[in-house]
Amino acid sequence: MQPLIHLRDLVKEYRRGTERLRVLDGLSLEIGEGEFVALMGPSGSGKSTLLNLLGGLDRMTSGELTIGGLAIGELPDAALARWRADHVGFVFQMYNLLPVLTAEANVELPLLLSDLPAAERRRRARAALTLVGLEDRLSHRPRELSGGQEQRVGIARAIVSDPTLLLCDEPTGDLDRKSGDEILDLLQELNRQHGKTILMVTHDPRAAARATRQLHLDKGVLHAEVR
Amino acid sequence: MANHTVRQILAVTALNLRNIPARLDSSLVAVVGIAGVVGVLVALLSISEGFKATVSQKGRDDAVIIIRGGSGNELSSALAKDQVQVITDAPGLARIDGEALASPELFTILDLPTRREGASGPASNVPFRGVGPHAAQIRRAFRIIDGRMLSAGHDEVIVGKAAATQFYGLEVGRQIIAGSRRWSIVGIFSDDGSVSESEVWADRWVLAGAYRRGTTVQSVHAKLESKATLGQLKRSLAGDPRVDISVLTEREFLAEQSKILVTIIRTLGFTIALLMGAGAVFAAVNTMYSAVAARTREIATLRAIGFGGTPVLVSVLVEALALGLLGGVLGGAAAYAAFNGYQTSTLNFATFSQVSFAFRVTPGLLVTGVVYALLLGLVGGLLPGWRAAHMPVTEGLRAT
Repeated sequence: MQPLIHLRDLVKEYRRGTERLRVLDGLSLEIGEGEFVALMGPSGSGKSTLLNLLGGLDRMTSGELTIGGLAIGELPDAALARWRADHVGFVFQMYNLLPVLTAEANVELPLLLSDLPAAERRRRARAALTLVGLEDRLSHRPRELSGGQEQRVGIARAIVSDPTLLLCDEPTGDLDRKSGDEILDLLQELNRQHGKTILMVTHDPRAAARATRQLHLDKGVLHAEVR
Repeated sequence: MANHTVRQILAVTALNLRNIPARLDSSLVAVVGIAGVVGVLVALLSISEGFKATVSQKGRDDAVIIIRGGSGNELSSALAKDQVQVITDAPGLARIDGEALASPELFTILDLPTRREGASGPASNVPFRGVGPHAAQIRRAFRIIDGRMLSAGHDEVIVGKAAATQFYGLEVGRQIIAGSRRWSIVGIFSDDGSVSESEVWADRWVLAGAYRRGTTVQSVHAKLESKATLGQLKRSLAGDPRVDISVLTEREFLAEQSKILVTIIRTLGFTIALLMGAGAVFAAVNTMYSAVAARTREIATLRAIGFGGTPVLVSVLVEALALGLLGGVLGGAAAYAAFNGYQTSTLNFATFSQVSFAFRVTPGLLVTGVVYALLLGLVGGLLPGWRAAHMPVTEGLRAT
């Protein structure tokens, strides 16, 4: 399998006053295209920090980080934002939908960053909502949807621009078991049938079991790997 | 690329504006604050507009006012009889049967209480003018609207419409005491809202007698043959060693007369608006900070998806400008409803006498008010917008 993500000696430090806090400590890792990776570990282990670095939301302190052969840490802010729009889909624990927009408009948001005409944007947004099973909820606003449905809209938004990489930050963390299972089914389907590379942060071993590979992070260091 | 940025700006701005109902209270505070500032600014400036319109904008270019050189106003001017003769003989003036269409005039002050204060109220200085027989012809739109014209050689006065409205006891049929004489009010006149309407007129010779002025006058008001003969008149009088005088068109003279008060009011208006504006900016900043704070996670989500910082900044500014615009329109409308046409009088510093005028909320003032409101909104939105655009995305995503 072709490595999509390549990390070598990745370090991320934060400053707290005069103190330096090392959150990721010399991480080296490769993730192939089409993999479904679960990233586990206790709170404060650096999972979300790693996800943010891979999504171009934060900058590493040192090391190497390439995604699709591109050293994203070297991109200026505007180019990094553009890269995110083209290559990354985010799925958030709290869904992060815009409450004033309908499900369809929420899903259409990333396409506003493309040059697609309005009709094509709407067509793709509807297709994405159909894929997640919400074709009958196009004009519903987030407050009119259940948690599971909101997360489906979040996933539809993440995949609508056909990104290379899906980054999911505890996507089932705020859902009941049934809804959580449905979301995991959906992620598996996106991975298996649509070939999406997925990196999912989770505390839940049951969720992690759905992945093709499990990484365990503790104190900024990779400790174990299960395939 | 530009289209791309514009589309982002439109999308994020539309989201901001759709979010306003959720933040109605704080948005209203900003709108009301800005409306208050604009209302006060427009109301204050409408005083100077009204004063200027009354005193100077009615001035004509085909009429002149001639006063002693260097005196600057009628009150401090004096022209002797032979000087008046030189002036009325000069070329360039309009003539009827060879006689110059000119009115040598006396100017003094009458003490009268305002109508609002009543008979026992404190006295204000009302301009009291002694005029020649051509005075009415020289004024642009002089018209007797009640009673009749005064008769030469009699202790009679006619009263300008604005003075009659503003001051106590100036009705036709009543009498006033001034300069050891008892004057009968025989008529009320109008003159298209000019400063003359704030005056009381008497016959020049009768007034001179009452005030022991002899043959000296303070000004000569005259009509030119045409605008083009002004130069001829000026050259002739400037070259005559018997006179040292200033020849000003009515427009120039009245503009000069209104300059001091207009400058004071405008300076005062803008200073007060600036001070109040500082308060309104704080309200706007607070509102926009609240707006940004309430939408921290939304903004972070948009930026995570790939929206740039600039569209976020611009969208916050547009929202602040929209609130400013609303405040500006409301403030201007309130000032118009409350003050436009409001009649009052004030001291003309050039003559130390009262001028009656109406507040004028002009379209230009409303535009000034709206522009100031937009400026307040812009300043109010800058810091919150900058913060929204530069907030670390990872922090924003964690916001609750």
